[in-house]
Amino acid sequence: MSVNVPSDVEITPGDSRFLYYSTLRQFIYFRSGRISPNMFQTVALSGSRGERQLFSDVSVTVKPGTLLAVVGENGSGKTSFLRMLCGLLSPDRGTILWEGKDIRQLKELYSAQLTYVGHLNGIKDELTPVENLTVSACLAGDECAGGAVPKALEAVGLARPVHRLPTRVLSQGQKRRVALARLWLSTRPLWLLDEPFASLDVTATNYLTQRLHAHLSHGGMVVVATHQDIAIPPDFVQQLRLTR
Amino acid sequence: MSNTGINWFKYSSPQAFHLLAGRMIPWFSVVSIGLILIGLYIGFFVAPTDATQGDAYRIIFVHVPAAWMSMFLYVIMAIWAGIGLGLNARPSFMMAQAIAPTGAMFTFLALFTGSMWGKPTWGAWWVWDARLTSELILLFQYIGIILLRSSIDDLRRADRASAVLALVGVVNVPIIYFSVKWWNTLHQGASVSITAAPTMAGTMVTAMLVMMFGFWMYSIAVTLARVRCVIADRERLPSWGKQASMADVAEAR
Amino acid sequence: MSQPSMSEALRGVVRRDLLLAMRHRSDVAMSVFFVVIVASLFPLGVGPEPAVLRMIASGVLWVTALLACLLSLGRLFTADYLDGVLEQTLLIPQPLAVLVVGKVFSHWVISGLPVVLLSPLLGLQFGLSGDSLVVLTLSLLLGTPTLSMIGAIGAALTLGLRGSGLLVALLVLPLFIPVLIFGAGAVTNSLAGVGSEANLSLLGACFLLSLAFAPWATAVALRIALE
Repeated sequence: MSVNVPSDVEITPGDSRFLYYSTLRQFIYFRSGRISPNMFQTVALSGSRGERQLFSDVSVTVKPGTLLAVVGENGSGKTSFLRMLCGLLSPDRGTILWEGKDIRQLKELYSAQLTYVGHLNGIKDELTPVENLTVSACLAGDECAGGAVPKALEAVGLARPVHRLPTRVLSQGQKRRVALARLWLSTRPLWLLDEPFASLDVTATNYLTQRLHAHLSHGGMVVVATHQDIAIPPDFVQQLRLTR
Repeated sequence: MSNTGINWFKYSSPQAFHLLAGRMIPWFSVVSIGLILIGLYIGFFVAPTDATQGDAYRIIFVHVPAAWMSMFLYVIMAIWAGIGLGLNARPSFMMAQAIAPTGAMFTFLALFTGSMWGKPTWGAWWVWDARLTSELILLFQYIGIILLRSSIDDLRRADRASAVLALVGVVNVPIIYFSVKWWNTLHQGASVSITAAPTMAGTMVTAMLVMMFGFWMYSIAVTLARVRCVIADRERLPSWGKQASMADVAEAR
Repeated sequence: MSQPSMSEALRGVVRRDLLLAMRHRSDVAMSVFFVVIVASLFPLGVGPEPAVLRMIASGVLWVTALLACLLSLGRLFTADYLDGVLEQTLLIPQPLAVLVVGKVFSHWVISGLPVVLLSPLLGLQFGLSGDSLVVLTLSLLLGTPTLSMIGAIGAALTLGLRGSGLLVALLVLPLFIPVLIFGAGAVTNSLAGVGSEANLSLLGACFLLSLAFAPWATAVALRIALE
């Protein structure tokens, strides 16, 4: 079964056709058994760090097949917002809903839906990229057997010889690539990425953009905190600007 | 402290609670001073002189109620901490924070008077009696909670982390008491039993109870006063003095 | 989507921590040497009287084990906290308390088990013999996992704070007291010729109790620390 979504048509989230196409896309992938239709939303979310109010009353809905770009100046609470979406940080007010259910109730069921690549890479300096990725993918329940891990590392542009070095000796950009390689193993519908493009070069940025695009066109959802424009067709993208 | 017949939900906002606390402090202060004076009078002038220990024993009218309060306050603090964690209620954390120093003070008072009592009675300032040792450990726990709170800058984390520690402690205190008692019977010789005191006269019990209620009221008054400071500090209230009324509170919210 | 089972996740956590320990073998050696050095200082301070040494042996060795556990607590979560692995651990779709058990277990293997294995030698240094050596080793085997469990709560509560090394000692040492009493008591009893079964079973009870409550409290404390 194939449905052609015209790629030359400019569709923005505000457009009435947006819902039609994204629902259609979602339906196709639902039928093909790849990813079930999910909905992710925040309702009147407010957050603060210590005494400082960061953002308030943020209500946003992320539909399958869309990317939410969270933008805002330094200190506007992008990282806090993302950590909140992960369930690591509790909001001052408001709720986060996954398929209509509060994530605080869902707990581990919700964690099983997401892949988070944070500001910190979450990799061990003493272990090699392969070891790091194998352990973290296995623990997260992603594919971690045999050839999958080296393949993912190659997909992000890390050549074989690098796989067996301790991560300690790699450059910042290479470490970031190791962390992001998880996305090539992840089958979770929701990806939460905090400044994923930081310290990546042009090649790696392209790899990542392609990967995000593929995830979106499979009906996945992405929330990205970022400073830079992402080269993804605007009909996939909605923007959230965080202000006080 | 928890059953005053007041609708707590109405006062669950810190600002409103600040006002309520301000109104209640004078009452509790007066009652506590009255009770403590009566208790001391009964203890020092009415209660008979002890046959074996003479007048030195009279320190127990401070010692025993202080020891009771130290344990009671720990439990109350843990209950507030538990409510705070369970319901995510900020005023509960503030109560727990405000109780800790008073609890530590009573623990110290109990240890200090215990040692004063020990010198004439047992001939040593300190004996490794099970109760005294447990009381010492209780003091360590109070100090630990206060230190943990003061070394965390983020208020939310400070509240919740010290609440967890308080709850862990409340599980531990009985185990520690039991183990110290066990240890004490193991090392016979050093042990001196407080419970072996001859039957107490009724006036002694009365004095202790009156003192305990006096201390209790004092704890409430001091805790409420401290909670007011905590609230004023945290909410950056502009001079919440006498002129502030409920109408201001409604506006502020 | 395949989810790892609870035991797979547990094993994954243990495997990573042990793998890391293999890359840092000196860390393991350090807690062992610490125990040896501290235990050797006591005879130098107290004097070489065999009777005196035998009397203080249980207390000294137990307090030493306690301090060794305390000193290694800093390693339990700090590295994971700094490199973001802890954040990812919290997002593993398994109960955090179970993963905490895995972390504490590997921590015990690295810092507690070597002390247990070494204890008969140290006991010999203090003139213990026969039964009391066995009891010493057994009591440490039962007691040191409890110390790691309780210590984990303190480590999680003080995670990332300034001066956390000293603070964790102040928080955790009072909580160690029952284990110290039962552990050292077991050895004292066996020296006195009284049965040490009661003390050992109490140590076992402490272990079970800490296994039931401590991972849960640690999980709560970790979530608080990472907010």
